[in-house]
This record gives sequence, C-alpha cells and structure tokens, in this order.
Amino acid sequence: MSKNEWPLWEVFIRSKQGLSHKHVGSLRAADAQMAVENARDVYTRRSEGISIWVIESKDVYASDPTEADALFEPADSKVYRHPTFYDVPDGISHM
Amino acid sequence: MKDFDTAELERKFQEKIDKDIKIEPKDWMPDDYRQTLIRQISQHAHSEIVGMLPEGNWITRAPNLRRKAVLLAKVQDEAGHGLYLYSATETLGADREQTIDDLHSGKAKYSSIFNYPTVSWADMGAIGWLVDGAAIMNQVPLCRCSYGPYARAMVRVCKEESFHQRQGFEIMMQLAGGTPEQKAMAQDALNRFWWPSLMMFGPNDAESKHTAQSVKWKIKRHTNDELRQQFVDVTVPQAEMIGLTIPDKDLKFNAETGKYSYGEIDWTEFWEVVKGNGPCNKERVDARRKAKENGEWVREAANAFAQKRALKKSA
Repeated sequence: MSKNEWPLWEVFIRSKQGLSHKHVGSLRAADAQMAVENARDVYTRRSEGISIWVIESKDVYASDPTEADALFEPADSKVYRHPTFYDVPDGISHM
Repeated sequence: MKDFDTAELERKFQEKIDKDIKIEPKDWMPDDYRQTLIRQISQHAHSEIVGMLPEGNWITRAPNLRRKAVLLAKVQDEAGHGLYLYSATETLGADREQTIDDLHSGKAKYSSIFNYPTVSWADMGAIGWLVDGAAIMNQVPLCRCSYGPYARAMVRVCKEESFHQRQGFEIMMQLAGGTPEQKAMAQDALNRFWWPSLMMFGPNDAESKHTAQSVKWKIKRHTNDELRQQFVDVTVPQAEMIGLTIPDKDLKFNAETGKYSYGEIDWTEFWEVVKGNGPCNKERVDARRKAKENGEWVREAANAFAQKRALKKSA
C-alpha cells in the first residue's frame, strides 16, 4: 500500500424518512466529506437514499463471530420473553 | 478457534454452505475459498473498470443527446459496479491498491471481451445487448453466492444491468429497422461480437479447472456450458425478431429439447486473447495504468488537504 492510498469508509444509507440507516458497502476517500460525496455517486445513483452516514472502517468494533454462540446464548434460553410462551384461553381477545 | 483443528473447521464450514448459510467477512473460511473469491471478485471488478473503455470511446460521438446521456449513465454504472466489487475484495483482506496494481502488471485477468475494439456506433448496441446480456446470465446466479458481500454486490449490479441490456437492444433494433446501411452496420457488429460473447462464459466444462470446487462452495451455481446454452437459447429468437442473422452456419433448433445446438467455438482465439494477444489488450491495460499514474497527484493533494482540514479542526 502506498502512502497515498485513501482510508476505507463504511457507508450507511437512509432510504426514506421513517427508516433507519442501513449498511450498504464501503469505499475509499481522503476524508469524511469526500466519503459522503463519493457515496452519493456510488450508492445512490437511483434515488436509493435521502441521508448518508460514513464511518472510517478502522473505527468499527465488531463482535467476534467465533464467540457468537456464547454471546447470544442468553437470548436463546429465555423463551418466556416471547408472547407465544403463554397460553391464552379461547374467548379472550385483544391480548 | 484454536480449540478446533482445521479439518473440523472445514467440516463445519461446508456444513454451513450446504445449509445455504451465507459466509460473512469475519467468519472462518478455508484459505482456498478466500483466495478463489479474491481472484474471482477482483477479475470481475477489473472487467467492470476495463469495460468502461470500449464504450467510453463513443460517448463524445453518440448520434444524439438521448443516446449520449444513456451511454454516460451506463459507463458510470460500470464504474460503480467496479467499486462495489473492489470493496467486496477488501472484506476478504485484499489490499485495494495491490489488487489494482495486479491488473496493471498483467498478473490479474479481466473479461477478454473488452480486448475487442469498438469500431462503429452499432458496437454500443451489440455490447449492451450481447455482452451485458451474457454478463447478466453469469451474474444472476451469483446473487445467491455463498459469500455475503459478493452476493449483495451482485444484487445491486443485476438490478442496474437490466437497463444496460435494454438500451443496447434498442440501438440494434433501431439500426436493424433503418436504412440498408444501418442494418448492415448492426449485422456487422453482431458478426464481430457474437463469438466473443459466447467465449465470455469461459472454457468448456471439461476444460474448466475451477468449476467443481466452486460449485461445491456455492460460489458458482451453474457450469460454463449450462450458462452459455441458456444465453444462446434466449438470444437467437431476439436476433430473429429484429431481422439479424446469427453468424453461425451450424446453429440449429432442436424441437425435442427446445434448445439450439451451435457451432464450435474457436478456443485458440480465446486463449490467445486471455494470454494478452487480443487486438486491444495492451491499449486497455495501458489506459488503466496511465489513469492511475496521472491521478497520483490528485490523490496526494486530497490527502494533504484532508490532513490540513483535520489539523484546523483539532486546533
């Protein structure tokens, strides 16, 4: 890698008001402003977005996939968090 | 991870693939899977980028403003597709600049079709119709590829490609329905691009050394010959509809199978072009290398400006 290679940015797009920003991919740019401008050209050529977030890829801290089982196990074992865990007698409505 | 041996990891990996669970960047994957993907995705990215050159050749000479706007939009899409794909290679740990330098040094390949010259306006029609048509045949199954970032990039690419093919067919249709000279121009473009388009699917299955493993890993869902047959079957009736003739005297419809049988592909020509001896190989790579060299000062200046702005902000 030469010293002139631009840093890598992760791009998030809000497709319309009311929806959250969603990761769409990454690109290279010298700074945040250029990353937004490039993201406009690379990821929204067909009106896919109304708002763009960019974050330098090196600043993303991600969970380790090899530890995913242990990390998410607590959620798997608590079936009582879901409404289907409970019996509701016939005739009861609005619940 | 160190608790498992590689064989166990590989077994679990294949189990995920068999269950159609996508592989994501930080997941464990066999080194060969990673290398195969880097090779394939970077070749694909290079093809998109080099593919801008034969069409860029006609932007300033498009016959009218509508055609010019359409061609510009198409070439801009190809640039976008290249960028989606380069960023997918980076998720596998490939360095982007190294990837690009491999194209320039000749180490990495790109689709041979772009080593043919575009000598008339009708070639813009033939490329959109045939070359993008063949690319779509190849790319649609890749939307279900086992590697998540590649599959997602292909979904975007396929959505955008369908206009590329239609605009090419429109050009051909209009020329074919025009004056005798215009029709001859369309036929000539079809004559020159037909066989190279069939070659785009790669060597025959018996000669294709990567196919079996790629199918097992669900990087590839169909063999080269299957896709080529599909392309012939859909394209021949389109040519007939607009009154053009496929340049293959052995082309025959088999009513029993509903498929066309076609003549022998000139594989000597294919391998010559792959090896770098096609009509435009040198010109294409030179143009890319020059683009990188001539842009060096821009990248340097942008970095210097970014640093200056960051300093100002922190002061």
